[in-house]
Amino acid sequence: MSARLRWRKFVSNFMLGLTGVCALVSVGVLFLILGYLLYNGGTSVNWDFFTKLPKPVGETGGGMANAIMGSAKLLLAASLIGVPIGFFGGIYLSEFSGSFTASIVRYAADLLNGVPSIVIGIFAYSVVVLPFKHFSTLAGAFALGIMMIPITLRSTEEFLKAVPRNLREGSMALGASKWKTITSVVVPAAYRGILTSILLALARVAGETAPLLFTAFGNRYWSNGWTQPTSSLPVMIFNYAVSPYEDWHRQAWAAGLVLLGLILIINIVARTILSRGIAVPRS
Amino acid sequence: MQAPSKAGLSVNIASTGVTKGESHAALPMRMTISHLNFFYGTKQILFDVSLGIADKRVTALIGPSGCGKSTLLRTLDRMHETVTTARLEGEILLDGQNIMAQDVTQLRRRVGMVFQRPNPFPKSIFENVAYGPRINGFKGPIAEVVEKSLRNAALWDEVKDHLHKSAYELSGGQQQRLCIARALAVEPEVLLLDEPASALDPISTAKIEELLVELKNLTTIAIVTHNMQQAARISDFTAFLLTGQLIEFSPTPHLFTTPTDPRTEAYITGRFG
Repeated sequence: MSARLRWRKFVSNFMLGLTGVCALVSVGVLFLILGYLLYNGGTSVNWDFFTKLPKPVGETGGGMANAIMGSAKLLLAASLIGVPIGFFGGIYLSEFSGSFTASIVRYAADLLNGVPSIVIGIFAYSVVVLPFKHFSTLAGAFALGIMMIPITLRSTEEFLKAVPRNLREGSMALGASKWKTITSVVVPAAYRGILTSILLALARVAGETAPLLFTAFGNRYWSNGWTQPTSSLPVMIFNYAVSPYEDWHRQAWAAGLVLLGLILIINIVARTILSRGIAVPRS
Repeated sequence: MQAPSKAGLSVNIASTGVTKGESHAALPMRMTISHLNFFYGTKQILFDVSLGIADKRVTALIGPSGCGKSTLLRTLDRMHETVTTARLEGEILLDGQNIMAQDVTQLRRRVGMVFQRPNPFPKSIFENVAYGPRINGFKGPIAEVVEKSLRNAALWDEVKDHLHKSAYELSGGQQQRLCIARALAVEPEVLLLDEPASALDPISTAKIEELLVELKNLTTIAIVTHNMQQAARISDFTAFLLTGQLIEFSPTPHLFTTPTDPRTEAYITGRFG
């Protein structure tokens, strides 16, 4: 074996090893975080955590029922704002707009997707919180809703575009109008993909803290309706983690674990939806 | 269905019982195409094509790839309009009325189409057939329409016990017959088929061909095929197209045994194509 060939074999094996290690590290990080959360938070997740309000400083125990409820309300309202706009916008992009308009909107959506979440928070603060003169669930939902728009829009567009042309022609050949074809053939053929990406968008904004800091703000008690400040899991984690109290640190870990569990469940549901039902064969 | 040799074509025609040498001029026309010129952008695809589609007969369009036969078929239900650069001149009549002046969805209810590749919707077998009547506001007993259409498409016996299974669980040939059933469910006056058997195996092809011969009692059929034997087996009239021009249009037995144009003869004897 010549020296050159030996060298080439060495480089080949070295690079193969390197890529393998990098792959391992990326998976490892996730499991490290999971393990760390379980270790620190696992013991603090109990029934009280899900059912009780936070205790005043100095008293141990209590839970984060209000934060869990607040996160749920925020995500619900955010979906009601972000999903319809993204969904119908995606239909327009995929089915109606010319390629020039589509490229502009697509580019804008990608930019919006890249706007730092804290900036979206400031925006929501100035257009919702300031005019109404107080923090509210709605302001938080508005910020999160904006973040859901580009993800929903782009994925709706992509999944609708993936529906084969011959399905549309099959429908139109039966005398269906374009709109009828979209609502009864194209969207049903793509809905699993669209639903999955909506869930993934939801999972993504579920963990956002920055846009909520000065919109939904926070609340030690149950929120008094949609126009009042509300607690939420990410903001609770932030506040508790930076506090000087040992018991609060413990609860922050627990909240982190619950939040991660929630996101994991959304992801699993999304993937289950994607793998069931009648799939359109790719042609 | 044996594959006939080119020389054996005439014998084969006789054995399939296709009407022999019927005069085209004496028949009532369901559709009439006159002086059709067709363009994609600036590229002209069809040149001055004039042709009649006889009522309750099978008309075949044959010719080599790129001759414009599919384009011609797609103008008959205005499917060409899905391409924005498409433009046409000339006149196409359905029952004496210009199809360009009609509402396109109304037209497509009267002129159905089956495509080259089976394209069932991602729905159940039942829902696939029920789709056409439903979107056209059918309020009666939908199950009867579905059964009748599936029977007419010779598929009922194979699927009657699992109507609510996904259409994708059927074989390719069954899927194509499902698409025919779907088209028949809206009771079209004309059924257009764009190489409906080209993606299928020989047995499925034979079933589709048998079916089409049956169907001409119900409806008028225009079929594009690149398979000359298929045209010979099932059609009453055959149009031969070459580079966008209609070279010859005759009763099928006539076109395949005694073609008048030397180019037709060259094509059907396999000298090109």
